[in-house]
Amino acid sequence: MHLALFIFFAGLCVAGALNLLLQRHPINSALSLIVVMSSLAVLYLLLGAEFLAAAQVIVYSGAIMVLFTFVIMLLNAGKEERTHGSKLAYIAGFPGAAALLGLLTFIFLSHRTEFGQARLGEYLATTSDLSRVLFTDLLLPFEVTSVLILIAILGAVALARKEH
Amino acid sequence: MDTTLIPFLLINLAKVIVVVVIFLMSVAYTVLLERKLVGRIQNRWGPSRVGPFGMLQPLVDGAKLFLKEDLMPEAVYRPLYILAPIIALSCALMSISVVPFGADIRWHGVQLFQISDNNIGLLILLGITSVGVYGIALSGWSSNNKYSLLGALRASAQVISYELALGLSLVGVVLRAGSLNLRAIVGVQATHGLLSWNFFGGFQFVAFFIYLMAAYAETNRSPFDLPEAESELTAGYHTEYSSMKFAMFFMAEYGNMITVGCVATLLFFGGWTSPFGTLLPQPHSAVLVALLSIFWFVVKVFFFLFLYIWVRGTLPRFRYDQLMGFGWKFLIPVAVANIVVTSFCIGLRLPPQ
Repeated sequence: MHLALFIFFAGLCVAGALNLLLQRHPINSALSLIVVMSSLAVLYLLLGAEFLAAAQVIVYSGAIMVLFTFVIMLLNAGKEERTHGSKLAYIAGFPGAAALLGLLTFIFLSHRTEFGQARLGEYLATTSDLSRVLFTDLLLPFEVTSVLILIAILGAVALARKEH
Repeated sequence: MDTTLIPFLLINLAKVIVVVVIFLMSVAYTVLLERKLVGRIQNRWGPSRVGPFGMLQPLVDGAKLFLKEDLMPEAVYRPLYILAPIIALSCALMSISVVPFGADIRWHGVQLFQISDNNIGLLILLGITSVGVYGIALSGWSSNNKYSLLGALRASAQVISYELALGLSLVGVVLRAGSLNLRAIVGVQATHGLLSWNFFGGFQFVAFFIYLMAAYAETNRSPFDLPEAESELTAGYHTEYSSMKFAMFFMAEYGNMITVGCVATLLFFGGWTSPFGTLLPQPHSAVLVALLSIFWFVVKVFFFLFLYIWVRGTLPRFRYDQLMGFGWKFLIPVAVANIVVTSFCIGLRLPPQ
């Protein structure tokens, strides 16, 4: 059951990502990105990270992607035109991507025993476990990150403010 | 595992079908209730011809919407034009799946009054609400009509802004319960009847009013119904829709109203528990307990639907800048203050470690 769900949503995720690249209309690409993010949320749920899954849907599929579609609608962006792409991308891009993929696969395969196996549907990190860790062991990084986000908000406000 | 999978799927399918049928029927009769009540508020009768007291009006309306011609305007962007009402309605239907309707009564280990009892029920509700805005946004954009687009832009901006106030207002309740499970949240309020409800005993009435106002804005209901302000935007985001596609938006709106009523009942008014607590003699038979819990739940949800309609019949519409200012400058600071005060009180009560 869990394996079937995993295969279905992993496939949906990859298909959404490919569709995102291949679509020519920005709003279709944005919608494919929503599919990718929602299926990632299901994968988190299968791995037992329930709070992360809910936060993924609320923050990414719900808030951030709504802003994306909002901007696309406001700008009324039309279809993109296809270009032939730069030569550099053909020469360096494909071998580079292939090399990176090969390297990652090699590292993961050679350290397979240390990483251990993901247990689908057997492990559950409840929200209270997560918050206990966040507010005891990881309190400093947590607070520092929130201050960082606050600085980013202040920066955005300062940039967007009209000069008098 | 495999031996239990088939019964599991069948039982849940049966539960889903029962809940969806009851839900859609209550949507239909909420529409009738609204027409009747708004009629009384405006000193007229409302529907009264079809059946006794107009009780068969929703069925006739449903048949009419099914039989109408489904127009497809020339200039629309077809895939999204068709997808948008489906998203709207399915989000409205999905959110009812985590709502517990009655006491935790099991029959052969199957929970009778809830489709899915899980640890993060409240977060799932918030997540589905935040996805639901795509139905409105995409319908407005794909209709290729300026009124629809304006309505959709208003709706998305409004929903995103009020989602913050909505989420923040629920934190106080979650702090008191120490859980995101809806059954656990009701369980905290079940001890002394009325006095232990979050609204009265929990001193969460500020949070409740923030939730109520934010929820009215989230469901695009009056006085926050700017996305479909008929005097400015003809019909807002569903101007170009007809027949069943229009009906799907309509059902989604009333379904969301019912869900908001259910959530307000669960979080602030003790869910299915009786307001008299243990003052009344407790019934011994399990059937009676089940019926009583359903009765109290339905009464409370009905109260919220009544309030919705009453507000619609009474208050004028907000202006757009007032709406945004109210959400960002008033509701969110008050919600944050509520979180601070609530957590301070809970912190004082905790035993020193």
